[in-house]
Amino acid sequence: MRLLTHNMLSSNIKGVANGFPLRIEVEKVVEKQVELSADFLRNLFPKIEWKALVDAARTMGYAELAEEVDSSMLDSNEFLNKFHHALLELHLEEGALVCPETGRRFPVNKGIPNMLLHEDEV
Amino acid sequence: MSSRPELQAPPDIFYNDAEARKYTSSSRIIEIQAKLSERALELLALPDDDVPRLLLDIGCGSGLSGETLSENGHQWIGLDISQSMLNVALEREVEGDLLVGDMGQGLGLRPGVIDGAISISAVQWLCNADKSSHDPRLRLKAFFGSLYRCLARGARAVLQVYPENLAQRELILSFAMRAGFAGGVVVDFPHSTKSRKEYLVLTCGPPSISTCVPAGKGEDGESCSEDESSGDEENQTVSISDRHRPRKRQKITKKGKGREWILRKKEQRRRRGDDVHPDTKYTARKRKPRF
Repeated sequence: MRLLTHNMLSSNIKGVANGFPLRIEVEKVVEKQVELSADFLRNLFPKIEWKALVDAARTMGYAELAEEVDSSMLDSNEFLNKFHHALLELHLEEGALVCPETGRRFPVNKGIPNMLLHEDEV
Repeated sequence: MSSRPELQAPPDIFYNDAEARKYTSSSRIIEIQAKLSERALELLALPDDDVPRLLLDIGCGSGLSGETLSENGHQWIGLDISQSMLNVALEREVEGDLLVGDMGQGLGLRPGVIDGAISISAVQWLCNADKSSHDPRLRLKAFFGSLYRCLARGARAVLQVYPENLAQRELILSFAMRAGFAGGVVVDFPHSTKSRKEYLVLTCGPPSISTCVPAGKGEDGESCSEDESSGDEENQTVSISDRHRPRKRQKITKKGKGREWILRKKEQRRRRGDDVHPDTKYTARKRKPRF
């Protein structure tokens, strides 16, 4: 699972008001090279919760992202490279996602998070 | 037994390893899935500016539909309830991210982040209650509600469905409308029973010029017949026609039963006292191809 997906996912357990961001428990991280598309990053940038991305990248062992950003930085190649690496190249292979409110663990196996809810959580 | 997979078992059980295997081994299923997803992507009508979008594939299965999205340069997130199908997707090394999830439980995505959603032959599963706790109406409501929330304003969702009957189509559509979607059903090849395909084309947000429903293929009948004549396309129903057992059996009988079987039958008739030709080297011999 890439951090792009992590940035979009929230816990939808019944009664949880703010299920975002899910905390990451890391067991194994892999990196995969992906071609950079500046258009995609610029288009996506307004939708990203930046703080969640920075925190998630840090948990995965990548601390190069700046804390404060604005859209003017999207013109810098260096920034785009870092953004791209954090968003699309870091994969959480094994570990878990934890709901910030209830502490419910969603296990991640072979890079696939299991977001299935129990019957009493729907 | 019905030929509709929805009536046989819940999706997480029906799509087991054996069933999932078909989606890598059968070139016909692969071709049909690719065609369906290409058409869905076309109906999605993303702006024509070559910018990759973030799309959602609901019921992504083995990632066949996702591959079409990747080929067109888009990033996607795939959701499916069957672990076996997702394992196949892993083997195929699809580019999108995969999630195990139940669309009837809601999608669990942040609001307004997805640029478009497609779904190939999945939504009709919601009309079945597979557990005592399942209520199709609540599940449809949760699905369409969460889909509406996670889509960006003006984004579209194209859901290819196989409704079992008129009532089921009405049910699905009414819950989509209740969630706030505008749009309707596009039917490709409406005059053909087999290549007929239905797409729910839904637009998030208030109705506008861009929400008018595009025309279906082959509505005037011309391209339909042309399409059918090209052989295999007649039975495009992916999930169903592959389970037509009788057809397979016929194929086996054509090959013949073999010498052993004939000798046994002849022996049986001899015991009964019938007049039977003697066994020779010509018995059950294969004819030359000119016959």
